Amino acid sequence: MVLELLASGFFLKALIGGVLIAVVAPLMGTFLVLRRLSMIGDTLAHVTIAGVALGFLIQVYPLLVGLIFALLASFAIEKLRKAYKTYAELSIAIMMSGGVALASLFFTLGMSFNLNVSSYLFGSIYTLTNADIYVVAGVAVIILIAVAVFWKELFLLTFDEDAAEVTGLPVKMLNAMVTVLTALIISVSIKIVGALLISALLTIPVACSMLIARGFKQSIIFSVIIAEIAAIAGLLIAGVWSLAPGAMIVLMLIAMLIVTMIVKRGLKV
Amino acid sequence: MAIESSMNALCHQHVIQLDHVSFDYQDQSVIRDLNFAVKQRDFVGLIGSNGAGKTTLMRMIVGLLKPKTGSIELFGEPISQFKDWQRIGYVPQKNSFNPLFPATVREVVQSGVFGKRNIARKIPKADVQKCTDAMEVMRISDLATKRIGQLSGGQQQRVFLARALINNPDLLILDEPTVGIDIETQHDFFQLVQHMHQHHRMTFLMVSHDMEMIEAYLGKEPVQQSGKLKFYVKHSHEIENCVDTNLAHSLSTREAELH
Repeated sequence: MVLELLASGFFLKALIGGVLIAVVAPLMGTFLVLRRLSMIGDTLAHVTIAGVALGFLIQVYPLLVGLIFALLASFAIEKLRKAYKTYAELSIAIMMSGGVALASLFFTLGMSFNLNVSSYLFGSIYTLTNADIYVVAGVAVIILIAVAVFWKELFLLTFDEDAAEVTGLPVKMLNAMVTVLTALIISVSIKIVGALLISALLTIPVACSMLIARGFKQSIIFSVIIAEIAAIAGLLIAGVWSLAPGAMIVLMLIAMLIVTMIVKRGLKV
Repeated sequence: MAIESSMNALCHQHVIQLDHVSFDYQDQSVIRDLNFAVKQRDFVGLIGSNGAGKTTLMRMIVGLLKPKTGSIELFGEPISQFKDWQRIGYVPQKNSFNPLFPATVREVVQSGVFGKRNIARKIPKADVQKCTDAMEVMRISDLATKRIGQLSGGQQQRVFLARALINNPDLLILDEPTVGIDIETQHDFFQLVQHMHQHHRMTFLMVSHDMEMIEAYLGKEPVQQSGKLKFYVKHSHEIENCVDTNLAHSLSTREAELH
Protein backbone atom coordinates (compact mmCIF):
# COMPACT_ATOMS: atom_id res chain seq x y z
CA MET A 1 0.00 0.00 0.00
CA VAL A 2 2.73 2.41 1.04
CA LEU A 3 4.93 1.35 -1.84
CA GLU A 4 2.07 1.93 -4.24
CA LEU A 5 1.65 5.40 -2.81
CA LEU A 6 5.33 6.18 -3.16
CA ALA A 7 5.28 5.04 -6.76
CA SER A 8 2.65 7.58 -7.60
CA GLY A 9 4.19 10.87 -8.71
CA PHE A 10 1.80 13.16 -6.90
CA PHE A 11 2.36 11.48 -3.55
CA LEU A 12 6.13 11.54 -3.94
CA LYS A 13 6.00 15.25 -4.70
CA ALA A 14 3.83 15.78 -1.66
CA LEU A 15 6.33 13.90 0.47
CA ILE A 16 9.28 15.91 -0.85
CA GLY A 17 7.43 19.16 -0.26
CA GLY A 18 6.42 18.09 3.24
CA VAL A 19 9.94 17.00 4.17
CA LEU A 20 11.43 20.30 2.95
CA ILE A 21 8.96 22.46 4.85
CA ALA A 22 9.37 20.36 7.97
CA VAL A 23 13.10 21.18 8.01
CA VAL A 24 12.82 24.93 7.74
CA ALA A 25 9.52 25.78 9.45
CA PRO A 26 10.65 24.70 12.95
CA LEU A 27 14.05 26.25 12.28
CA MET A 28 12.53 29.71 11.92
CA GLY A 29 9.82 28.84 14.43
CA THR A 30 12.49 28.51 17.12
CA PHE A 31 13.48 32.14 16.73
CA LEU A 32 9.85 33.27 16.70
CA VAL A 33 8.52 31.19 19.60
CA LEU A 34 11.43 31.99 21.90
CA ARG A 35 10.89 35.69 21.29
CA ARG A 36 7.19 35.34 22.10
CA LEU A 37 6.16 35.97 18.51
CA SER A 38 4.29 32.67 18.02
CA MET A 39 1.26 34.38 16.56
CA ILE A 40 3.20 36.17 13.82
CA GLY A 41 3.11 33.06 11.65
CA ASP A 42 -0.65 32.81 11.83
CA THR A 43 -1.11 36.49 11.08
CA LEU A 44 1.21 36.50 8.10
CA ALA A 45 -0.52 33.40 6.77
CA HIS A 46 -3.89 35.12 6.80
CA VAL A 47 -2.48 38.11 4.97
CA THR A 48 -0.73 35.83 2.50
CA ILE A 49 -4.01 34.20 1.41
CA ALA A 50 -5.31 37.66 0.63
CA GLY A 51 -2.27 38.11 -1.62
CA VAL A 52 -2.75 34.71 -3.22
CA ALA A 53 -6.38 35.54 -3.97
CA LEU A 54 -5.38 38.85 -5.52
CA GLY A 55 -2.74 37.05 -7.58
CA PHE A 56 -5.46 34.88 -9.10
CA LEU A 57 -7.62 37.92 -9.77
CA ILE A 58 -4.92 39.86 -11.59
CA GLN A 59 -3.35 36.73 -13.09
CA VAL A 60 0.08 37.08 -11.51
CA TYR A 61 1.90 34.08 -9.91
CA PRO A 62 -0.24 33.87 -6.71
CA LEU A 63 2.55 32.81 -4.35
CA LEU A 64 4.58 35.84 -5.37
CA VAL A 65 1.73 38.24 -4.63
CA GLY A 66 1.18 36.36 -1.38
CA LEU A 67 4.82 36.85 -0.47
CA ILE A 68 4.66 40.57 -1.20
CA PHE A 69 1.56 40.85 0.98
CA ALA A 70 3.29 38.96 3.81
CA LEU A 71 6.33 41.25 3.63
CA LEU A 72 4.20 44.40 3.63
CA ALA A 73 2.21 43.03 6.55
CA SER A 74 5.30 42.22 8.57
CA PHE A 75 6.55 45.78 8.29
CA ALA A 76 3.10 47.12 9.10
CA ILE A 77 3.11 44.93 12.23
CA GLU A 78 6.41 46.49 13.30
CA LYS A 79 4.96 49.98 12.85
CA LEU A 80 1.82 49.11 14.81
CA ARG A 81 3.90 47.49 17.54
CA LYS A 82 5.73 50.76 18.01
CA ALA A 83 2.51 52.78 18.05
CA TYR A 84 1.00 50.61 20.81
CA LYS A 85 4.22 49.59 22.53
CA THR A 86 2.96 47.83 25.65
CA TYR A 87 -0.05 46.38 23.85
CA ALA A 88 2.00 44.93 21.03
CA GLU A 89 -0.33 41.97 20.46
CA LEU A 90 -2.96 44.42 19.23
CA SER A 91 -0.93 44.80 16.05
CA ILE A 92 -1.21 41.07 15.41
CA ALA A 93 -4.98 41.08 15.97
CA ILE A 94 -5.44 44.02 13.62
CA MET A 95 -3.34 42.55 10.83
CA MET A 96 -4.96 39.14 11.13
CA SER A 97 -8.49 40.42 10.74
CA GLY A 98 -7.37 42.82 8.03
CA GLY A 99 -5.88 39.88 6.13
CA VAL A 100 -9.03 37.79 6.45
CA ALA A 101 -11.18 40.72 5.33
CA LEU A 102 -9.08 41.28 2.21
CA ALA A 103 -8.95 37.58 1.46
CA SER A 104 -12.71 37.16 1.64
CA LEU A 105 -13.16 40.27 -0.50
CA PHE A 106 -10.84 38.95 -3.22
CA PHE A 107 -12.28 35.46 -3.05
CA THR A 108 -15.83 36.71 -3.56
CA LEU A 109 -14.67 38.95 -6.41
CA GLY A 110 -13.02 35.91 -7.94
CA MET A 111 -16.06 33.63 -7.72
CA SER A 112 -16.42 33.76 -11.47
CA PHE A 113 -12.80 32.55 -11.85
CA ASN A 114 -13.76 29.42 -9.94
CA LEU A 115 -11.23 29.96 -7.19
CA ASN A 116 -10.85 27.04 -4.88
CA VAL A 117 -10.77 28.73 -1.50
CA SER A 118 -10.40 25.68 0.67
CA SER A 119 -7.22 24.55 -1.09
CA TYR A 120 -5.50 27.67 0.23
CA LEU A 121 -6.99 27.51 3.68
CA PHE A 122 -6.26 23.83 4.22
CA GLY A 123 -3.57 23.13 1.64
CA SER A 124 -3.62 20.96 -1.44
CA ILE A 125 -0.39 19.10 -1.21
CA TYR A 126 -1.33 16.55 -3.89
CA THR A 127 -1.51 19.25 -6.54
CA LEU A 128 2.11 20.36 -6.12
CA THR A 129 3.80 20.92 -9.46
CA ASN A 130 7.49 20.52 -10.23
CA ALA A 131 7.78 24.31 -10.21
CA ASP A 132 6.27 24.42 -6.71
CA ILE A 133 8.84 21.89 -5.48
CA TYR A 134 11.68 23.96 -6.93
CA VAL A 135 10.37 27.09 -5.22
CA VAL A 136 10.07 25.30 -1.87
CA ALA A 137 13.55 23.82 -2.26
CA GLY A 138 14.96 27.23 -3.13
CA VAL A 139 13.41 28.81 -0.04
CA ALA A 140 14.65 25.93 2.11
CA VAL A 141 18.21 26.46 0.86
CA ILE A 142 18.05 30.21 1.49
CA ILE A 143 16.84 29.66 5.05
CA LEU A 144 19.39 26.96 5.80
CA ILE A 145 22.20 29.20 4.59
CA ALA A 146 20.91 32.22 6.52
CA VAL A 147 20.61 30.27 9.76
CA ALA A 148 24.00 28.59 9.29
CA VAL A 149 25.68 31.94 8.67
CA PHE A 150 23.92 33.96 11.36
CA TRP A 151 23.15 31.41 14.07
CA LYS A 152 25.41 33.08 16.63
CA GLU A 153 23.82 36.46 16.04
CA LEU A 154 20.34 34.95 15.99
CA PHE A 155 20.98 33.15 19.25
CA LEU A 156 22.09 36.32 21.01
CA LEU A 157 19.20 38.29 19.54
CA THR A 158 16.73 35.66 20.70
CA PHE A 159 18.21 35.14 24.13
CA ASP A 160 18.94 38.71 25.10
CA GLU A 161 18.06 41.49 22.67
CA ASP A 162 19.62 44.19 24.87
CA ALA A 163 22.93 42.38 25.06
CA ALA A 164 22.82 41.89 21.30
CA GLU A 165 22.44 45.62 20.84
CA VAL A 166 25.12 46.47 23.40
CA THR A 167 27.62 44.20 21.68
CA GLY A 168 26.99 46.13 18.50
CA LEU A 169 24.93 43.66 16.48
CA PRO A 170 22.78 45.16 13.72
CA VAL A 171 19.60 44.24 15.58
CA LYS A 172 17.19 45.97 13.20
CA MET A 173 18.72 44.24 10.21
CA LEU A 174 18.55 40.83 11.90
CA ASN A 175 14.94 41.39 12.96
CA ALA A 176 14.05 42.28 9.39
CA MET A 177 15.81 39.15 8.17
CA VAL A 178 13.82 36.91 10.52
CA THR A 179 10.58 38.51 9.35
CA VAL A 180 11.42 38.22 5.67
CA LEU A 181 12.44 34.57 6.04
CA THR A 182 9.23 33.83 7.96
CA ALA A 183 7.17 35.47 5.24
CA LEU A 184 9.04 33.35 2.68
CA ILE A 185 8.30 30.09 4.47
CA ILE A 186 4.67 30.92 4.96
CA SER A 187 4.02 31.85 1.38
CA VAL A 188 5.62 28.69 0.03
CA SER A 189 3.94 26.38 2.53
CA ILE A 190 0.42 27.64 1.91
CA LYS A 191 -0.06 25.02 -0.78
CA ILE A 192 1.42 22.28 1.38
CA VAL A 193 -0.31 22.58 4.76
CA GLY A 194 -2.62 25.51 4.13
CA ALA A 195 -2.76 28.96 5.63
CA LEU A 196 -4.77 27.88 8.65
CA LEU A 197 -2.32 25.16 9.59
CA ILE A 198 1.15 26.54 8.81
CA SER A 199 1.44 28.11 12.24
CA ALA A 200 1.38 24.60 13.71
CA LEU A 201 4.55 23.61 11.84
CA LEU A 202 6.28 26.76 13.06
CA THR A 203 5.32 26.42 16.70
CA ILE A 204 4.38 22.91 17.86
CA PRO A 205 7.76 21.24 17.12
CA VAL A 206 9.40 24.03 19.12
CA ALA A 207 6.87 23.60 21.92
CA CYS A 208 7.89 19.91 22.11
CA SER A 209 11.63 20.44 21.93
CA MET A 210 11.59 23.24 24.52
CA LEU A 211 10.36 20.70 27.02
CA ILE A 212 13.12 18.17 26.44
CA ALA A 213 16.15 19.95 25.02
CA ARG A 214 18.94 21.10 27.29
CA GLY A 215 20.40 23.72 25.04
CA PHE A 216 19.61 25.87 22.07
CA LYS A 217 21.34 23.77 19.43
CA GLN A 218 19.72 20.63 20.77
CA SER A 219 16.36 22.37 20.78
CA ILE A 220 16.68 23.25 17.10
CA ILE A 221 17.73 19.72 16.17
CA PHE A 222 14.91 18.10 18.18
CA SER A 223 12.30 20.43 16.69
CA VAL A 224 13.36 19.52 13.15
CA ILE A 225 13.31 15.79 13.94
CA ILE A 226 9.85 16.10 15.51
CA ALA A 227 8.51 18.03 12.53
CA GLU A 228 9.95 15.46 10.12
CA ILE A 229 8.38 12.54 11.94
CA ALA A 230 5.02 14.30 12.02
CA ALA A 231 5.19 15.32 8.36
CA ILE A 232 6.18 11.90 7.02
CA ALA A 233 3.88 9.91 9.30
CA GLY A 234 1.02 12.35 8.76
CA LEU A 235 1.32 12.19 4.99
CA LEU A 236 1.56 8.38 4.94
CA ILE A 237 -1.48 7.99 7.17
CA ALA A 238 -3.40 10.50 5.09
CA GLY A 239 -2.36 8.74 1.88
CA VAL A 240 -3.26 5.25 3.02
CA TRP A 241 -6.65 6.14 4.48
CA SER A 242 -7.45 9.07 2.13
CA LEU A 243 -7.57 11.68 4.88
CA ALA A 244 -6.77 15.39 4.73
CA PRO A 245 -2.94 15.54 4.63
CA GLY A 246 -2.40 18.98 6.18
CA ALA A 247 -4.75 18.12 9.04
CA MET A 248 -3.00 14.78 9.63
CA ILE A 249 0.40 16.48 9.91
CA VAL A 250 -0.92 18.91 12.50
CA LEU A 251 -2.73 16.19 14.46
CA MET A 252 0.48 14.12 14.48
CA LEU A 253 2.32 17.16 15.87
CA ILE A 254 -0.22 17.58 18.64
CA ALA A 255 -0.07 13.87 19.43
CA MET A 256 3.72 14.13 19.72
CA LEU A 257 3.38 17.14 22.02
CA ILE A 258 1.04 15.19 24.29
CA VAL A 259 3.38 12.20 24.33
CA THR A 260 6.36 14.48 25.10
CA MET A 261 4.52 16.06 28.00
CA ILE A 262 3.46 12.71 29.43
CA VAL A 263 6.95 11.23 29.08
CA LYS A 264 8.51 14.30 30.66
CA ARG A 265 6.10 14.21 33.58
CA GLY A 266 6.66 10.48 33.94
CA LEU A 267 10.41 10.96 34.14
CA LYS A 268 10.08 13.70 36.72
CA VAL A 269 7.78 11.96 39.18
CA MET B 1 57.92 51.51 26.86
CA ALA B 2 55.14 51.85 24.36
CA ILE B 3 52.91 49.66 26.46
CA GLU B 4 53.64 51.70 29.58
CA SER B 5 52.79 55.01 27.96
CA SER B 6 49.58 53.69 26.53
CA MET B 7 48.72 52.33 29.99
CA ASN B 8 49.32 55.78 31.41
CA ALA B 9 47.14 57.35 28.81
CA LEU B 10 44.45 54.86 29.76
CA CYS B 11 44.70 55.78 33.43
CA HIS B 12 44.11 59.47 32.85
CA GLN B 13 41.31 58.94 30.43
CA HIS B 14 37.71 59.04 31.53
CA VAL B 15 35.98 55.74 31.04
CA ILE B 16 32.55 57.37 30.98
CA GLN B 17 31.94 61.07 30.60
CA LEU B 18 28.46 62.54 30.83
CA ASP B 19 28.19 66.15 29.74
CA HIS B 20 24.95 68.07 30.41
CA VAL B 21 22.90 64.96 29.74
CA SER B 22 19.12 65.27 29.87
CA PHE B 23 16.39 62.81 29.08
CA ASP B 24 12.66 63.02 29.26
CA TYR B 25 10.07 60.36 28.85
CA GLN B 26 6.65 61.46 27.57
CA ASP B 27 7.15 65.12 28.58
CA GLN B 28 8.36 64.13 32.01
CA SER B 29 11.95 65.02 32.74
CA VAL B 30 13.75 61.93 34.03
CA ILE B 31 17.32 63.16 33.96
CA ARG B 32 18.16 66.85 33.96
CA ASP B 33 21.51 68.36 33.06
CA LEU B 34 23.64 65.57 34.47
CA ASN B 35 27.42 65.90 34.53
CA PHE B 36 29.43 62.98 35.73
CA ALA B 37 32.75 61.33 34.97
CA VAL B 38 33.87 57.81 35.75
CA LYS B 39 37.63 57.40 35.86
CA GLN B 40 39.73 54.33 35.28
CA ARG B 41 39.32 51.79 38.12
CA ASP B 42 36.58 53.72 39.87
CA PHE B 43 33.76 51.75 41.42
CA VAL B 44 30.55 53.70 40.93
CA GLY B 45 27.36 52.73 42.71
CA LEU B 46 24.16 54.23 41.38
CA ILE B 47 21.17 54.37 43.69
CA GLY B 48 17.71 55.76 43.16
CA SER B 49 14.09 54.94 43.82
CA ASN B 50 11.85 53.53 41.11
CA GLY B 51 11.46 56.06 38.34
CA ALA B 52 14.59 57.95 39.32
CA GLY B 53 16.10 57.18 35.94
CA LYS B 54 18.64 54.49 36.86
CA THR B 55 17.72 52.20 34.02
CA THR B 56 17.38 55.11 31.61
CA LEU B 57 20.88 56.28 32.45
CA MET B 58 22.32 52.78 32.07
CA ARG B 59 20.63 52.31 28.74
CA MET B 60 22.02 55.64 27.54
CA ILE B 61 25.53 54.68 28.62
CA VAL B 62 25.44 51.43 26.69
CA GLY B 63 23.94 53.15 23.68
CA LEU B 64 20.44 51.67 23.83
CA LEU B 65 18.90 55.12 24.33
CA LYS B 66 19.94 58.52 23.01
CA PRO B 67 20.01 61.49 25.40
CA LYS B 68 17.67 64.36 24.53
CA THR B 69 20.47 66.85 24.99
CA GLY B 70 24.08 66.68 26.05
CA SER B 71 26.76 64.20 25.14
CA ILE B 72 28.15 60.91 26.36
CA GLU B 73 31.71 59.71 25.79
CA LEU B 74 33.04 56.21 26.32
CA PHE B 75 36.81 55.85 26.63
CA GLY B 76 37.19 59.36 25.27
CA GLU B 77 35.10 58.74 22.18
CA PRO B 78 31.63 60.14 21.47
CA ILE B 79 29.17 57.30 21.92
CA SER B 80 27.85 57.57 18.36
CA GLN B 81 31.33 56.75 17.06
CA PHE B 82 32.22 54.21 19.71
CA LYS B 83 32.68 50.79 18.13
CA ASP B 84 34.77 48.90 20.65
CA TRP B 85 31.88 47.33 22.57
CA GLN B 86 34.06 44.36 23.46
CA ARG B 87 35.65 46.60 26.11
CA ILE B 88 32.37 46.70 28.00
CA GLY B 89 30.97 43.77 29.95
CA TYR B 90 27.26 43.96 30.71
CA VAL B 91 25.44 41.97 33.37
CA PRO B 92 21.66 42.31 32.96
CA GLN B 93 18.98 42.01 35.59
CA LYS B 94 18.38 38.44 36.62
CA ASN B 95 14.86 38.27 35.27
CA SER B 96 15.75 39.63 31.87
CA PHE B 97 15.40 36.20 30.31
CA ASN B 98 12.67 33.58 30.27
CA PRO B 99 13.50 30.65 32.59
CA LEU B 100 12.00 28.24 30.04
CA PHE B 101 14.47 29.33 27.37
CA PRO B 102 16.41 26.29 26.16
CA ALA B 103 20.06 27.28 26.42
CA THR B 104 22.94 25.61 28.21
CA VAL B 105 25.28 27.48 30.52
CA ARG B 106 28.07 27.11 27.98
CA GLU B 107 25.90 28.54 25.20
CA VAL B 108 25.06 31.59 27.30
CA VAL B 109 28.66 32.26 28.34
CA GLN B 110 29.84 31.76 24.77
CA SER B 111 27.34 34.31 23.50
CA GLY B 112 29.63 36.92 25.05
CA VAL B 113 31.83 36.70 21.97
CA PHE B 114 28.97 36.50 19.47
CA GLY B 115 29.01 40.23 18.90
CA LYS B 116 32.38 39.99 17.23
CA ARG B 117 32.18 40.08 13.48
CA ASN B 118 34.13 37.22 12.12
CA ILE B 119 33.69 35.61 8.78
CA ALA B 120 34.46 32.13 10.03
CA ARG B 121 31.14 30.91 11.28
CA LYS B 122 32.58 28.28 13.55
CA ILE B 123 33.49 29.57 16.98
CA PRO B 124 37.28 30.00 16.91
CA LYS B 125 39.28 27.73 19.21
CA ALA B 126 40.59 30.73 21.12
CA ASP B 127 37.03 31.81 21.94
CA VAL B 128 36.07 28.31 23.07
CA GLN B 129 39.07 28.43 25.40
CA LYS B 130 38.06 31.89 26.67
CA CYS B 131 34.63 30.50 27.47
CA THR B 132 36.10 27.53 29.35
CA ASP B 133 38.35 29.92 31.29
CA ALA B 134 35.52 32.29 32.17
CA MET B 135 33.42 29.39 33.48
CA GLU B 136 36.42 28.17 35.47
CA VAL B 137 36.89 31.63 36.98
CA MET B 138 33.25 31.82 38.04
CA ARG B 139 33.30 28.21 39.30
CA ILE B 140 30.48 27.09 37.04
CA SER B 141 32.43 24.62 34.89
CA ASP B 142 30.52 21.66 36.28
CA LEU B 143 27.26 23.31 35.21
CA ALA B 144 28.36 23.80 31.58
CA THR B 145 25.79 21.45 30.04
CA LYS B 146 22.95 22.33 32.43
CA ARG B 147 20.01 24.35 31.22
CA ILE B 148 20.24 27.95 32.41
CA GLY B 149 16.69 28.00 33.78
CA GLN B 150 17.42 25.09 36.13
CA LEU B 151 20.14 26.99 38.00
CA SER B 152 19.64 28.91 41.22
CA GLY B 153 19.55 32.70 41.09
CA GLY B 154 23.10 32.97 42.39
CA GLN B 155 24.42 30.48 39.84
CA GLN B 156 22.60 32.27 37.02
CA GLN B 157 24.24 35.51 38.05
CA ARG B 158 27.64 33.86 37.90
CA VAL B 159 26.83 32.69 34.41
CA PHE B 160 26.06 36.25 33.31
CA LEU B 161 29.16 37.51 35.05
CA ALA B 162 31.22 34.89 33.23
CA ARG B 163 29.66 36.02 29.95
CA ALA B 164 30.52 39.64 30.73
CA LEU B 165 34.11 38.72 31.65
CA ILE B 166 34.81 36.58 28.61
CA ASN B 167 36.24 39.48 26.62
CA ASN B 168 38.34 40.75 29.50
CA PRO B 169 36.48 44.06 29.56
CA ASP B 170 37.81 47.38 30.87
CA LEU B 171 34.39 48.43 32.10
CA LEU B 172 31.89 46.17 33.82
CA ILE B 173 28.30 47.38 34.00
CA LEU B 174 25.95 45.61 36.39
CA ASP B 175 22.23 46.39 36.28
CA GLU B 176 20.69 45.43 39.63
CA PRO B 177 22.62 42.19 39.57
CA THR B 178 21.14 40.73 42.74
CA VAL B 179 17.42 41.32 42.38
CA GLY B 180 15.52 38.21 43.37
CA ILE B 181 18.47 36.43 44.97
CA ASP B 182 18.59 35.40 48.63
CA ILE B 183 20.55 37.58 51.06
CA GLU B 184 23.44 35.21 51.56
CA THR B 185 24.05 34.78 47.85
CA GLN B 186 23.75 38.54 47.38
CA HIS B 187 26.46 39.00 49.97
CA ASP B 188 28.72 36.46 48.26
CA PHE B 189 28.18 38.13 44.92
CA PHE B 190 29.09 41.59 46.26
CA GLN B 191 32.22 40.16 47.90
CA LEU B 192 33.24 38.69 44.57
CA VAL B 193 32.67 41.96 42.73
CA GLN B 194 34.60 43.90 45.37
CA HIS B 195 37.48 41.50 45.12
CA MET B 196 37.61 41.99 41.37
CA HIS B 197 37.59 45.75 41.84
CA GLN B 198 40.44 45.70 44.30
CA HIS B 199 42.71 43.36 42.43
CA HIS B 200 42.10 44.06 38.78
CA ARG B 201 42.21 46.81 36.26
CA MET B 202 38.47 46.95 35.72
CA THR B 203 36.16 49.92 36.19
CA PHE B 204 32.74 49.23 37.69
CA LEU B 205 29.35 50.80 37.30
CA MET B 206 26.66 49.13 39.35
CA VAL B 207 23.01 50.02 39.69
CA SER B 208 21.55 48.74 42.89
CA HIS B 209 18.88 49.45 45.41
CA ASP B 210 20.76 47.66 48.14
CA MET B 211 21.74 50.70 50.26
CA GLU B 212 23.46 48.56 52.82
CA MET B 213 25.95 47.00 50.45
CA ILE B 214 26.63 50.25 48.63
CA GLU B 215 27.25 52.12 51.88
CA ALA B 216 29.42 49.35 53.26
CA TYR B 217 31.78 49.52 50.32
CA LEU B 218 31.42 53.02 48.92
CA GLY B 219 30.76 55.06 52.06
CA LYS B 220 27.66 56.73 53.45
CA GLU B 221 27.89 59.98 51.52
CA PRO B 222 27.04 60.15 47.83
CA VAL B 223 29.63 62.15 45.88
CA GLN B 224 26.92 63.58 43.71
CA GLN B 225 23.18 63.82 43.57
CA SER B 226 21.11 64.64 40.54
CA GLY B 227 17.36 64.63 40.98
CA LYS B 228 16.58 61.33 42.68
CA LEU B 229 19.79 59.70 41.46
CA LYS B 230 22.67 59.28 43.91
CA PHE B 231 26.21 58.45 42.90
CA TYR B 232 28.55 56.69 45.30
CA VAL B 233 32.17 56.26 44.29
CA LYS B 234 35.27 54.48 45.47
CA HIS B 235 38.13 56.01 43.53
CA SER B 236 41.11 54.09 42.27
CA HIS B 237 43.45 55.85 44.70
CA GLU B 238 41.48 54.44 47.62
CA ILE B 239 42.35 50.87 46.74
CA GLU B 240 45.55 48.86 46.48
CA ASN B 241 47.73 49.74 43.61
CA CYS B 242 48.96 46.31 42.73
CA VAL B 243 46.87 44.57 40.15
CA ASP B 244 46.83 40.94 39.30
CA THR B 245 46.40 40.61 35.58
CA ASN B 246 45.35 37.01 35.88
CA LEU B 247 41.74 37.00 37.02
CA ALA B 248 41.56 33.22 37.22
CA HIS B 249 44.61 33.05 39.45
CA SER B 250 43.48 35.80 41.78
CA LEU B 251 39.98 34.38 42.19
CA SER B 252 41.18 30.89 42.92
CA THR B 253 43.58 32.27 45.55
CA ARG B 254 40.64 34.15 47.04
CA GLU B 255 38.54 31.03 47.03
CA ALA B 256 41.32 29.11 48.79
CA GLU B 257 41.59 31.84 51.43
CA LEU B 258 37.86 31.73 52.07
CA HIS B 259 37.86 28.02 52.84
